[in-house]
Amino acid sequence: MAAVLHSAPRFASNDGVKDALSAALGDMLVSAKEEHGEIVLTVKRESIEDALRLLRDEQAYQQLMEMAGVDYPQRAERFEVVYMLLSLTKNHRIMVKVSTDEATPVPTVTTLWPNAGWLEREVFDMYGVLFAGNTDLRRILTDYGFEGHPFRKDFPLTGYQELRYSEEEKRVVYEPVNLAQDFRSFDFMSPWEGAEYILPGDEKADAPPVEMPKATESAKQTGAGEKADDKAAKGTDADPPKMDDKKEEGE
Amino acid sequence: MSEMQLDSSPTTTGEEITNYTINFGPQHPAAHGVLRMVMELDGEIIERIDPHVGLLHRGTEKLIEHKTYLQALPYFDRLDYCSPLAMEHSYVLAIEKLLNVEVPIRAQYLRVLFAELTRICNHMLNIGAHVMDVGAMTPNLWVFELREDCMNFFERMSGARMHHAYLRPGGVHQDVPLKLLTDIGDWVDGRLPELFGDAMSLVMDNRIFKQRNVDIAVVSKEDAVRWGFSGPMIRAAGIPWDIRKSQPYEVYDRMEFDIPVGTNSDCYDRFMVRVKEVYESAKIIKQCLAEIPEGPIASLDRKVSPPKRGEMKQSMEALIHHFKLYTEGFHVPAGEVYAATESPKGEFGVYLVSDGSNKPYRCKIRPTAFSHLQAMDFMSKGHMLPDATAILGAIDVVFGECDR
Repeated sequence: MAAVLHSAPRFASNDGVKDALSAALGDMLVSAKEEHGEIVLTVKRESIEDALRLLRDEQAYQQLMEMAGVDYPQRAERFEVVYMLLSLTKNHRIMVKVSTDEATPVPTVTTLWPNAGWLEREVFDMYGVLFAGNTDLRRILTDYGFEGHPFRKDFPLTGYQELRYSEEEKRVVYEPVNLAQDFRSFDFMSPWEGAEYILPGDEKADAPPVEMPKATESAKQTGAGEKADDKAAKGTDADPPKMDDKKEEGE
Repeated sequence: MSEMQLDSSPTTTGEEITNYTINFGPQHPAAHGVLRMVMELDGEIIERIDPHVGLLHRGTEKLIEHKTYLQALPYFDRLDYCSPLAMEHSYVLAIEKLLNVEVPIRAQYLRVLFAELTRICNHMLNIGAHVMDVGAMTPNLWVFELREDCMNFFERMSGARMHHAYLRPGGVHQDVPLKLLTDIGDWVDGRLPELFGDAMSLVMDNRIFKQRNVDIAVVSKEDAVRWGFSGPMIRAAGIPWDIRKSQPYEVYDRMEFDIPVGTNSDCYDRFMVRVKEVYESAKIIKQCLAEIPEGPIASLDRKVSPPKRGEMKQSMEALIHHFKLYTEGFHVPAGEVYAATESPKGEFGVYLVSDGSNKPYRCKIRPTAFSHLQAMDFMSKGHMLPDATAILGAIDVVFGECDR
């Protein structure tokens, strides 16, 4: 672990916390890691409620500050739900996460913290993650009657519907998105690190090696021998007009 | 919350009067923006409130995923537009935590100095609006005068009155002239305590103001913790929790300031905590002005912060760094962090997931208003309809941040 140079909030030391919490969670835990000064505990989806209750009641993480959904479409269980816990007495923060897919609900934690209600509603609204036991799982941030889950990675940035006030109908009308200008997305990634396009000539790098490499050993082999030179010197029928240097000088 | 619902209320004569439901907002001057609250009333008593938020939802978090780290910064000014610098602060700290980049000490002082000025600016708005929500006009005009002064300072700091984009990963955007610092010093010593003290003397012991606020929306310590309160809301409940103190960032650990706490945990306490915080912020500003050293205002790591204009005229390397930073941007190591700072309204956090590229993979913003507004229902239950505006004013909610 490199020395801490940044000036982000410094909470109580992480020393030994990961091991202590891992031991306390027992077989509810899937994995635990400590990176960038953050302790992240991944727990089994079915036991999230028990795990968080244990962390709240026995490990003194009293507050649920935030819940975040994250979408990783390439994974089998594409969604992650991250719970940020804060201990006011230990002055410490941890993150607990579970993963799920579109169909499998995550047990609700509204039984532990009343403010989980809106946080779960938001994750549901944005990602479509279901929470079993949440009695009020309505959409929260999107429009009334909105369809889809906008923060999924496969949902386009521009969305599908746009709305405007129609003077003729004297009300707000919904229409399919019609962009006056194409959406511009510039790929500024350097070609050496992760750009998704191929530079001209790059395709040769992966071609199999040739058995008899072509070699140019004499001038003849270049295709530009003496004969060719003669021919070039002769010129063609359609010679370019000769420059009349004298005339220019005379004037 | 289903047990809180009442379909009808018993009356003395035995006949039953059914409750009725009204809409508070979405366009209501006391709703502090676009909040729609569906209220179920029994006469004038609030039985249940269902706040509908999201009318200002712009999908900031999704937009940020399509921008480089630097391009995403100005979106933060537009979250809580009353305290834009506090929003930027969490974001740059989250990036710096992932990059583990050192911020020069002068930049840290500048950040703290202007973050506290932002706190004063924010509290001026909230205190004024809260007072006006419960019927007093004059103090609002006075504190807006002070808010205007803050805005002028911000304009001299960054060129913009509200949307500064001043904090940058690795430091701040530009240095400030010495005259600005001395002017802020004069203002903090003179005009601020004078005008603010006068304005507050009109309300603090005012009988009408107390009648409207004392014992309104009392929240116990346990409830404040359970509902995820932070900032002045949790301090008014008597819990001395301030991230600037308990989890210091930047140079807050060098500052001497007190954390005002409430005793009664009502709307009046929340108001008074903010009033006291203005004086504490002024103390911090004075210390910053006294201690601020000379030096660079942004990291010298050229892979994160751009070189100076003059340097670019001389050095090819500097020119290349500038070009790369403003086209490709910098790459942030893969990982995830949650950085939370004490914004004027409470804990404002940014959960940043990086996949190692030049754009955030996910940036979740923790608004302060979410847990506070969610508690509207239980805080308002049993109070009168006009108390709802006092409760809302004491929450200090801004919808740019709540709805994102």
